[in-house]
Amino acid sequence: MKGSICVLAEQWRGRISETTYEALALGREVADELGVPLTAILTGWNVRDLALTLGAADSVVYVDHPLLAEAIPQLWAAAVTQVLAERRPRALLVPLTNVSLGVSTLLAMDLGVAAVNFCKDVKVADGQLRALCVMYGGKIEATVEAPGEPAILCLWPGARPADKGRVDRSPAIEQVTVTLQDSPVRLKRYIEPETGGVDLTRQDVLVAVGRGIQSRDNIALAEDLAKALGGAVAGSRPVIDQGWLPLARQVGKSGITVKPKLYIALGISGAPEHIEGMKDSGVIVAINSDARAPIFNIAHYGIVADVVETLPSLTAAIEAKRTASHHA
Amino acid sequence: MHILVLLKMVPDVVEDLEVAADGKALDLEYLRMILNESDDHALEQALLLKERHGGTVTVLALDAPEVDDAIFTALAKGTDRAVKIVGFDAGLSTRQAARVFAQAIAHEPGLLPADLILTGVQAIDDLDGLIAPMVAHDLGLPFLGIITQLTLDLPGKTASAVKEYPGGVRGEFAVAMPAVLGIQAAERPPRYIPVAKVRAAMKSQKIDCRPGATLADGGWPAVQVVEMKRNEPSGHAEMLEGDAELASEKLCAILAGHGLF
Ligand SMILES: Cc1cc2nc3c(=O)[nH]c(=O)nc-3n(C[C@H](O)[C@H](O)[C@H](O)COP(=O)(O)OP(=O)(O)OC[C@H]3O[C@@H](n4cnc5c(N)ncnc54)[C@H](O)[C@@H]3O)c2cc1C
Ligand SMILES: Nc1ncnc2c1ncn2[C@@H]1O[C@H](COP(=O)(O)O)[C@@H](O)[C@H]1O
Repeated sequence: MKGSICVLAEQWRGRISETTYEALALGREVADELGVPLTAILTGWNVRDLALTLGAADSVVYVDHPLLAEAIPQLWAAAVTQVLAERRPRALLVPLTNVSLGVSTLLAMDLGVAAVNFCKDVKVADGQLRALCVMYGGKIEATVEAPGEPAILCLWPGARPADKGRVDRSPAIEQVTVTLQDSPVRLKRYIEPETGGVDLTRQDVLVAVGRGIQSRDNIALAEDLAKALGGAVAGSRPVIDQGWLPLARQVGKSGITVKPKLYIALGISGAPEHIEGMKDSGVIVAINSDARAPIFNIAHYGIVADVVETLPSLTAAIEAKRTASHHA
Repeated sequence: MHILVLLKMVPDVVEDLEVAADGKALDLEYLRMILNESDDHALEQALLLKERHGGTVTVLALDAPEVDDAIFTALAKGTDRAVKIVGFDAGLSTRQAARVFAQAIAHEPGLLPADLILTGVQAIDDLDGLIAPMVAHDLGLPFLGIITQLTLDLPGKTASAVKEYPGGVRGEFAVAMPAVLGIQAAERPPRYIPVAKVRAAMKSQKIDCRPGATLADGGWPAVQVVEMKRNEPSGHAEMLEGDAELASEKLCAILAGHGLF
């Protein structure tokens, strides 16, 4: 494994995450460019069958241990540290999701190496690995190098299409045993989301409000627009945290991933954690008072304006056009 | 019961961010610093737990521009003691910041014992990792992040913490105390405190300023920024100009053209 590129496969509740396949697709490119093998590391309990699905990698090292049944960050990091201690790869790509949050940081500390958070891409330049990082809520891009082996590179979801990392081929698999101590952190239960009436994933049109909507009362303006378009209202995290919309309406990393035909982002800055939940929408419209808001990077159409001022005009324009076409 | 809350200032990204002349960091001159949003939630959660169980809340903050405002706000909200760590160079990496926190926690009188150490789950400048797991690692304590609910069984020395997973799923965990937890959101929005009360706190309360640990070369490689630049949004979206009415008309025509309504 020395010199190779590694992907930390993320398994949660018996499934490999999409971001893992994305990381495998990117890892494949980097490994091929360097002419080194691609290895996946998978931990969990009864995960041998899952290891066989990681065919984008040349080989898979897996750890099966009852204490790894749930993704407890410190146990997970301890297991991977033992796997890597003897076989330092060149780099380890880690999916950046709520499941793995904290693991890369702990691993870096255990191994005495650097971890790079927030990577959206990794490139090889003159034999060196360079990561492109999205920081400051999406407003800044940094190109960074992480010296040391392995360089731990944490990938935002969406680095590559997951399908490119799903390869129908059986990798060589190897089981490794580790020694773990019982953890002071124990999962008691999962709490499933309340669907609460509207299923965001089934809507053709979503009108999403962010902090820029400014007050609970203004949400009615978004509801009017959603009604005119035959869609539903969704929200970014701060709106849900304020209690202005229920949790089932949250789009993003901790919330729902949506792909409507039309997504209208109102007063949403476009932080990576929000983007990952809606970037594959058909047509994306953003209205934001800040011309530099990162949401305009992924929107197809943008208006730099105050949402509260613009919403009534937009709803009126749509209603008028609807009425006109009915009469036509 | 004693809860320690770690506070860190971050640039306010509502403002325009400028890159420094060396092209490797933000230009500090143009930055407006605000409290990391999830640190504010960590503080709120600590204050709610204090109201429920009694005890004390101590905030520990790294020196930074505007940090005194954040600290006095915390005091006005009901924090019992505030310690500000001073005397280190600006522009610490997250790893270095965590180290300064961990050293202060371990050595500053009165910070330990603590039943809980709470801080924000993540900050927008955490390029080299997250504070909470780093501090937990340095202090040898349990860690869990993305917490949105927290209840305590003090006699049983156990916290029940709800962590967010993807898709709106949550996980309820039992965590042995003391522990370091990364708070995503307090169980209710951070309380509002009138400016007058913050001013009163500035007059009646004090901040303990303590020297931070000198950071020897840690012997681990640091993340090297080769280039930093603004993410220029101009490239992608077709921008619709005009006043509210005109822009709305244009958008409406486009959406109709796409057959979207
Ligand atoms: C582990 C983790 C998980 C997360 N999960 C999610 C998630 O699932 N979903 C999610 O959304 N976030 C999530 N976040 C939070 C995310 O990082 C951002 O903080 C959040 O998306 C910001 O929401 P926002 O865009 O509404 O607010 P802000 O970033 O504050 O943006 C508000 C925007 O409104 C604009 N604005 C202000 N006033 C007006 C006005 N009058 N008219 C027009 N525009 C205006 C501003 O210019 C700004 O761009 C997560 C974070 C972490 C750490
Ligand atoms: N000066 C420092 N700044 C930041 N982190 C450090 C520093 N020194 C050590 N560390 C990290 O803290 C952890 C514990 O270090 P130590 O207590 O020195 O063995 C190790 O993972 C180190 O990488």
